[in-house]
Amino acid sequence: MEGLWTKCEVCEEILHRPDLEQAQNVCPRCQHHLPLAARARLTAVLDRDSFEEMDGALGPLDPLTFSDSKRYRDRTRGLRKALGMPDAFVAGTGRLDGHPVAAGAFEFEFMGGSMGSVVGEKVTRLIEKALEKDAALVLFSASGGARMQEGVYSLMQMAKTSAALARFRRGRRPYVSVLCHPTTGGVAASFAWLGDVILAEPHALIGFAGPRVIEQTIRQKLPDGFQRSEFLLEHGMIDAIVPRAQLRDKIAQIVGLLGP
Amino acid sequence: MTVLDFEKPIRELERKIDELKELASGEGVDFDEEIRKLERKARRLQVEIFSDLSPWQIVQLARHAERPYVLDYVQFLFTDFAELHGDRRFAEDPALIGGFARFDGEPVLVLGHQKGRNTKENLLRNFGMPRPEGYRKATRLARLAARFGRPVLTFIDTSGAYPGIGSEERGQAQAIAECLETMAGLPVPVIATVIGEGGSGGALAIGVGNRILMLQYAYYSVISPEGCSSILFREPTRAPRAAEALKLTAGDLRGFGVVDEVVLESPGGAHRDPARTAENLGRALRQHLAQLRALSPDELVEDRYRRFRGMGVFEQVE
Repeated sequence: MEGLWTKCEVCEEILHRPDLEQAQNVCPRCQHHLPLAARARLTAVLDRDSFEEMDGALGPLDPLTFSDSKRYRDRTRGLRKALGMPDAFVAGTGRLDGHPVAAGAFEFEFMGGSMGSVVGEKVTRLIEKALEKDAALVLFSASGGARMQEGVYSLMQMAKTSAALARFRRGRRPYVSVLCHPTTGGVAASFAWLGDVILAEPHALIGFAGPRVIEQTIRQKLPDGFQRSEFLLEHGMIDAIVPRAQLRDKIAQIVGLLGP
Repeated sequence: MTVLDFEKPIRELERKIDELKELASGEGVDFDEEIRKLERKARRLQVEIFSDLSPWQIVQLARHAERPYVLDYVQFLFTDFAELHGDRRFAEDPALIGGFARFDGEPVLVLGHQKGRNTKENLLRNFGMPRPEGYRKATRLARLAARFGRPVLTFIDTSGAYPGIGSEERGQAQAIAECLETMAGLPVPVIATVIGEGGSGGALAIGVGNRILMLQYAYYSVISPEGCSSILFREPTRAPRAAEALKLTAGDLRGFGVVDEVVLESPGGAHRDPARTAENLGRALRQHLAQLRALSPDELVEDRYRRFRGMGVFEQVE
């Protein structure tokens, strides 16, 4: 029985899992957007059965032999078993309302969706594929930022993905970046904020520095709603806030309006 | 004068040497041999201490209060410097400076993070931590350099982009991202040098070069050792251990292939002899720039793409 029910983390309504999944993990009572797994996201947005995954077997190495409370290698192996994916990003090609798209999504459950070499490589290959196949690019970000455990290699993924986007702009297809909760750090400060059009899910935390770091720096409490989607829209930093249920149609509309 | 813990034995000897010299000149006594002996000893001690620095000690050298900053290198290496200000959108950010100057007589764009030497300067420079306006100024000037065919030389020295309310309101992440993409597409030679602190995305923003150089005692990291320690070890006091784990020294980065050349500093660090360090840096810049000048605009963009495209390590899993 336990697996069948869950609780909304905001309104605390007891929710029937199959119903919740049907609603793409949006609470039917308070409309809170719960985290959504990468594959579920891509399936929900792309045309039925059109998704073909790329680079699904790309897995991390441990160039720093990094170890904190756990060895990095053990951590990634454990997550690979638990989540059935070798790293934090799922990528592939498909169709959206008939338009060819290259689409990818973060798996936040995998080390906070952090970007190491594998995520950076998969994002880059996806961008290159989109240019090569004359497809629109759609990326769903949900990430705490660069992955500490791969050190400077992670940092360099910011440059790699941004450089790939510089080339992508030679083509005529748009890049729609969808910012989900949360999108911060090195992912926010590279490809996620480089969308030709930038959409955000409601109430997602989006920014450069995490709220804790800012509070420690300025030594004061942050105002309510700070760094949330609504705040960013007000400050002119994103194009629109789109509830999850309407994302597919909105992205298809933009791709149709901008694509050749 | 700021003296780091591990510099103290060397400074102590040097103080003795100065005392002896003073005594000798005052009393007309000949201490020459003593002095020479002590000087040899001081040099040996310095070589000994500096041949075995821990990553954490290197981080401290990179942050040394007397370390040369970008404007110091401008004095040593460039002529005809015309500093240009402002992002044309909101403000001027003195934490990231830029301007055109001549290097060996040829016009180039200089960009760099600038820290202050004292409290007053640091208030102005925000401790070398740029706000979005700094990155937007860098983007603006880089586009100017592209238009006029001027090479871009950047000097990285920041603990990181400034995390504040205003920074977030005005799109710090967007400003950095745009700087990265712009630099990737520049049809001119770009050389980035980490001269001090290479703190995360705020450092990398001006780091997308055809060549990446690094001073011997600079560091370059995805996160500060303190930040890493706070997150992973739940306390900032284990920064020395984090500095080790992050593999952030020039030697590490050269080994990873992220850095093309490690530029030697003067013995005891750049702050002991800024002119000599600048001379070494000038030599390296000259050599790499000459190589890059042989490439066409398209080749330069392609070369830079290949440079970063190859970064990362991964494997095919079963």
